[in-house]
Amino acid sequence: MRAAVIQFPGSNCDRDMAVAIRDITGADTSLVWHRESVLPSGLDLIAIPGGFSYGDYLRSGAMAARSPVMQAVIAAAGRGVPVLGVCNGFQILTEAGLLPGALMRNAGIRFVCRTVGLTVQNSQSMFTSGYSAGEKIHIPVAHHDGNFFADDATLDRLEGEGRVAFRYAEPVNGSARNIAGVLNDAGNVLGMMPHPERMIEAMQGGSDGRRLFEGLIREIA
Amino acid sequence: MKTRIFVTLKNGVLDPQGKAIHHAIEGLGFSGVHDVRAGRLIEIEHEPGLSKADLESMCTKLLANMVIENFEIEQA
Repeated sequence: MRAAVIQFPGSNCDRDMAVAIRDITGADTSLVWHRESVLPSGLDLIAIPGGFSYGDYLRSGAMAARSPVMQAVIAAAGRGVPVLGVCNGFQILTEAGLLPGALMRNAGIRFVCRTVGLTVQNSQSMFTSGYSAGEKIHIPVAHHDGNFFADDATLDRLEGEGRVAFRYAEPVNGSARNIAGVLNDAGNVLGMMPHPERMIEAMQGGSDGRRLFEGLIREIA
Repeated sequence: MKTRIFVTLKNGVLDPQGKAIHHAIEGLGFSGVHDVRAGRLIEIEHEPGLSKADLESMCTKLLANMVIENFEIEQA
């Protein structure tokens, strides 16, 4: 298995993501700089990590979404390569048009940095098969712009098509319908604000994030 | 030549930043303010020949997020 973690200027969860993927899935994982216009061949997974790409200039994720590597990521996603975007990665995927909606400033204005409860809404996707539907898990968030917004028709469609992967089990940031993570229509792109790569072993306070990667490798293998 | 582009949140999109500014205005003792919404002004210096269509394209491709924002182009 081969994986790539994309690095932008201002990414800061890139190494944690690479360690999580490498340790849990055993994938040959490379870090790919945003100026690259070609991805390593034969990728089984692309991860867009958290951080503050381009200092959140203009809008969170807006600049990164237009960087050269994203054209290659968009093309790979179109071919069905799994793409996981976490936190700033989720913001980048919405800005790039790979996922619907937008991530706006938290309703409470404040940066939120704590472990939150999540409900697994869809356990049928390649990213969530390690969980059971309705299960409550705990994963940390750390963001200022995690308030998911989409118009009602889009929200209805996402819910109707089972594309809401995770919901917050408690108020966190004002997200529409408490949405914490969404899938694209083909199911091979997941964006989520919580950081599964920060919850992969007991030393980190829990391992609920680990099962995302474990489920993913079973689906890909 | 200079063009000013105003990017604002669409009606109905919650603006926590505007709300916080509103509270701060009231905190300073000003009354009579009903609502505050914050946006962004982008000034572009350019050749006179740059078309309105190109400016609009810049807005839809980058300067505004059309899911949540509107833009207005004001040419000097």
